[in-house]
Amino acid sequence: MTRTLPTAVAEVAAGMTAGPDGFVRLKVGKAEWSALAIGCAQGRNDLMALWHERGRMRMALMQRGGTARVIATIACPKGAYPSVGRYHPPAIRLERAMRDLYGTRPEGLPDARGWLDHGNWPSKDTGPRERYRFLPAEGESLHQIPVGPVHAGIIEPGHFRFTANGEAVVRLEERLGYTHKGIEKLCAGLSPVAAARIIGRVSGDSTVAYAFGFARVVEMALGIEAPARATALRGIMAELERLSHHVNDFGAICNDASAVALNARCTLLRENLLQAAGRAFGHRLMMDCIIPGGVAVDLADSEIAGLRQVLDEVEKGFAQIVRIYDDSPSILDRTITTGIVASDLVARFAAGGHVGRASGRDFDARRNAGYAPYDTVAFKVPIRQEGDVNARAWIRIDEAGQSLAIMRQLLDRLPAGPLTIDTPPKTPGEGATLTEAFRGDVFITVRIGNNGRIAHMHARDASWFQWPLLEAAIENNIVADFPLCNKSFNCSYSGHDM
Amino acid sequence: MRTLLLTALFKGPAVVKAPAAPADMLAEAAQALAQKARRRLGRSLAIREIDAGSCNGCELEINALNNPVYDIERFGLKFVASPRHADILLVTGPVTCNMTEALERTYAAAPEPKWVVAVGDCAHDCGVFAGSYAVAGPVSSVIPVDVTVKGCPPPPLEILKGLISLFEAIEA
Repeated sequence: MTRTLPTAVAEVAAGMTAGPDGFVRLKVGKAEWSALAIGCAQGRNDLMALWHERGRMRMALMQRGGTARVIATIACPKGAYPSVGRYHPPAIRLERAMRDLYGTRPEGLPDARGWLDHGNWPSKDTGPRERYRFLPAEGESLHQIPVGPVHAGIIEPGHFRFTANGEAVVRLEERLGYTHKGIEKLCAGLSPVAAARIIGRVSGDSTVAYAFGFARVVEMALGIEAPARATALRGIMAELERLSHHVNDFGAICNDASAVALNARCTLLRENLLQAAGRAFGHRLMMDCIIPGGVAVDLADSEIAGLRQVLDEVEKGFAQIVRIYDDSPSILDRTITTGIVASDLVARFAAGGHVGRASGRDFDARRNAGYAPYDTVAFKVPIRQEGDVNARAWIRIDEAGQSLAIMRQLLDRLPAGPLTIDTPPKTPGEGATLTEAFRGDVFITVRIGNNGRIAHMHARDASWFQWPLLEAAIENNIVADFPLCNKSFNCSYSGHDM
Repeated sequence: MRTLLLTALFKGPAVVKAPAAPADMLAEAAQALAQKARRRLGRSLAIREIDAGSCNGCELEINALNNPVYDIERFGLKFVASPRHADILLVTGPVTCNMTEALERTYAAAPEPKWVVAVGDCAHDCGVFAGSYAVAGPVSSVIPVDVTVKGCPPPPLEILKGLISLFEAIEA
């Protein structure tokens, strides 16, 4: 049956008109839905997001290596619909999450366990709490190491269950959902401006990227456009955020290879950047600086020279650190060939950010989704093929350089003009968009009701398609290299847990 | 590496040339904290950080306390890996339903005497996440809180100040 149906997004979308956000919207039946899922498994489509909305399941797909984009919607009477994860494993956790949140029934999903729901929500009577069953690993010499949810460092909570054979990890299974805060339901009924404060805190380390994406998707839904100055300032903030994390996380990788002095230098550069952000935009992490319709803060002319100077200092300081990294066999011995993620796995999961680009997946939402202000600046998207910790570190290094170049271009020709559009209309609409956060592409979709308020919001963090690959990266590596692998990914817990 | 070591040797500690470090406030905070900390527990206090559901914003700023500008260890304050080694629990986030048990158990695992500092608006009153079905409440609804540092997220200096007021609260 499915053989006669088109499985590729490119075929399905051919001849159809895309919305202003670039997505062709289709209502499909079970057979067409499954055909598209099979298209993902065949490597013709990339799964971007899968979510529940108003008694329907929706899935955003992109043509592999192309530009066709589709949002397919299927009615799910009494919650039932054909599972996507049955054909395409990257969808499994997404479907488990939606089942926990909305009671959907993905038919044929090969995993009956909860994901975000740990049996603790008072609003949901799930009966007596069941013990979570980790996947079995059997063998005489195997032992388990449970880690978390409270970790040893100053990081977010999550549980890792290692099964090891001596020093070698034979299986890692993650259990997440500890920081689930019910963000989708919190946003419903709020004005876009009020919801922006929550969305800026889906993952606080990517507050600029989330606020940026949400502002753009609201603007698409309402058919408005932010002023030119606001767009340029958004770009500067987004790159400042990216640079601060790339520098910091590179230091963290060095730290886990026992190069503590390099980490100290990197944290100093990060502090330099955060203080510059605080002076320029009034908040060290630039929270709530981007709002639907524009930006909430201006960059004073008197601050521009200071900001440029900090960028110069960071560039110089970071180059020095990177040189030492690259000249130190003792560090490189820890990072080269450690935690390799195969390129076919990265392609299958459509993993974004440094995780994807270090294993040859040439995708960056700033270029591929092509949004302002990135359409006005020149930048390169660094790609590596090795897929190890060293490759992910080098993607960070190279991207830091690109972020500096982008910021300088934007500062060079910062347009004058208003910061927000006068009065945003209160009309209904919907939109979907990809935004490149420092760790990869974030998918945000929103539907605005007749009253001008948020009817539904869904945000899919880059980490959804990176966490499963961390399980693959650590396989056959030694337990002691897990921190290195983990830091080289730096997935989000809060962004993933929603 | 040689370059780095030589730089460190000839240029002196990084903390001196720290960019726009608010020197007066930092010195004030440092001095007060050092005196108070010593009076209470000798020369060192161990801090265990617990993210009870935060967005990771507070963690970034708590991490910054370890950088050479704030260099929290010069006050004898040290982040430790286990609650069993801790004198102070630094707790962030609205406590999610899924983290409540872990927070209670981590608190129980810390030896007496122990103090709790709630860091951030979410830890104080759940912030923007108040009212969610998945949020159990502010930190004080789960374990006793001694001091609250507000802010979203509070900058590192505010967190340092919070640690000082903790000692004031204990002595009052």
